[in-house]
Amino acid sequence: MKKWKENIAKIVFIIAAFVSVIAVALICIFLFANGIPGMTKIGILKFLMGTQWKPGSGVYGILPMILGSIYVTAGALIIGVPAGILTAVYMSRFASGRIVKLIKPAVSLLAGIPSVVYGFFGLMVVVPLIRAVFGGSGSSMLAASIILGVMILPTIISISESALNAVPKSYYEGALALGATHERAVFKIVLPAAKSGVTAGVILGVGRAMGEAMAVMMVAGNQARMPAGLLKGVRTLTSNIVMEMGYAAELHREALIATAVVLFVFILVINLLFSILKRRTKV
Amino acid sequence: MTNRKRSALIARVLVYTGTLLTLALLLLMVGYILVKGIPGLSPELFAWEYNSENVSLMPALVNTLLMTVLSLLIAAPLGIFAAVYLTEYAKRGSRLVGIVRITAETLSGIPSIIYGLFGLLFFVTSLGLGMSLVSGALTLSIMILPVIMRATEEALLAVPGEYREGSFGLGAGRLRTVFKVVMPSATPGILAGIILGTGRIVGETAALIYTAGTVAQVPQSIFDSARTLSVHLYALASEGLYNNQAYATAAVLLVTVVGINALSAYLAKRVARRQYG
Repeated sequence: MKKWKENIAKIVFIIAAFVSVIAVALICIFLFANGIPGMTKIGILKFLMGTQWKPGSGVYGILPMILGSIYVTAGALIIGVPAGILTAVYMSRFASGRIVKLIKPAVSLLAGIPSVVYGFFGLMVVVPLIRAVFGGSGSSMLAASIILGVMILPTIISISESALNAVPKSYYEGALALGATHERAVFKIVLPAAKSGVTAGVILGVGRAMGEAMAVMMVAGNQARMPAGLLKGVRTLTSNIVMEMGYAAELHREALIATAVVLFVFILVINLLFSILKRRTKV
Repeated sequence: MTNRKRSALIARVLVYTGTLLTLALLLLMVGYILVKGIPGLSPELFAWEYNSENVSLMPALVNTLLMTVLSLLIAAPLGIFAAVYLTEYAKRGSRLVGIVRITAETLSGIPSIIYGLFGLLFFVTSLGLGMSLVSGALTLSIMILPVIMRATEEALLAVPGEYREGSFGLGAGRLRTVFKVVMPSATPGILAGIILGTGRIVGETAALIYTAGTVAQVPQSIFDSARTLSVHLYALASEGLYNNQAYATAAVLLVTVVGINALSAYLAKRVARRQYG
């Protein structure tokens, strides 16, 4: 009787553990099975390298969106990486324990803000500001980069901070003993020693920026053409899906799912890089 | 000033500037939304009916609650049981554990729009559930599964081995040990994970637009479409006609999610304190 119960419970637990395996398998199967046929119908090269996206006339090239995603992510990094790493350095090596106790919740607050709230703030504040300063519509690559740059801050800060904290104390003390100032020891010894952890944080930030849909869509303008400049509208892979999935049918729909496949592959590669780096930091 | 002092000063200024920038951005965003949003909180905004004259957020608030309960009903048992298997049953370093870990990690890296698209293809279309509360909840439960698994695993690992040995020594079986000894002492950590998952559910938009849809009414059944508060804010913002109400909605959403996350962090901290203290 008792044995019987134990066995049932064990089977239930194993099944539960397998749910995530099944989920990943299903996601892959459904995305690839629905996306690849469309991609081959359009022609893989034509799809990936095509510079025009005109569903009305059956032209499906997603190069504008691939570049859009890459540019917007790069812009986010230019804003988010320096600010994020410097904040992490401050928290790990400059601030007193009391101040860290204040900043830490603030950073996790930033991480918890829903993306639609980021997008709303961008729409109401950043976009009008850009319009007022530079002219144009304001919905632009710049606006999307700024919002994404803020969104990836908490990711970069928290991972960099723990990487910095994991650097052995002797490194820092050794540098001081050789006559380095506190600042020099931190920037020339501790930060380089934490390099792979910090890089892992940046890569995770790249993944977040590239996968973000709502916030980008609300501020980027979303014109489906080759990116034309920092102050011009841009469409990303994610917003391409959200914008048109509601009414797309047949080949158009398949092309959108194929867009998701491309995004998915990008994200998988980024995550793979992240876990390789993370493993290296642990050793 | 010597060279040495000057470079130290520059480094110091850089570090302070970076930190101040981060904190200023945070304060600016939260402050702006609260200052613009709170005056817009009127009783009408909490009326039971949503219509074009009064874009009440009440139905969306109720839907958010329903969505949360439904998603957690699916994800919490699965996540907890999976973690129990990984920590209490599986042999250390077994291949199965490795595969489960890798897939859970993969799940936590997948962007929410991909979840939304998968939900549309699988739950809405293939399983024929339509754009509905239940399609949305199923999609979200996969999304938060790794969050709950990870937190539960950490909480279970923090329970000292002596507890288990004591329980086995008294003649209890593995199942009894898990439920009567290990789980009770891991409860705060497990709760922290569930609450963190709740924060994700409440804040989610992209995964819900094409799975739960955007109907701004409280649904008759779980097979009807329903928009949550986040989707509601997105709809208001893209219509662009109700800015004051949108600010108020953003403030409510912000305070709700931040509150939920703070609760989770508090519980997680209690676990950590017990572990090391």
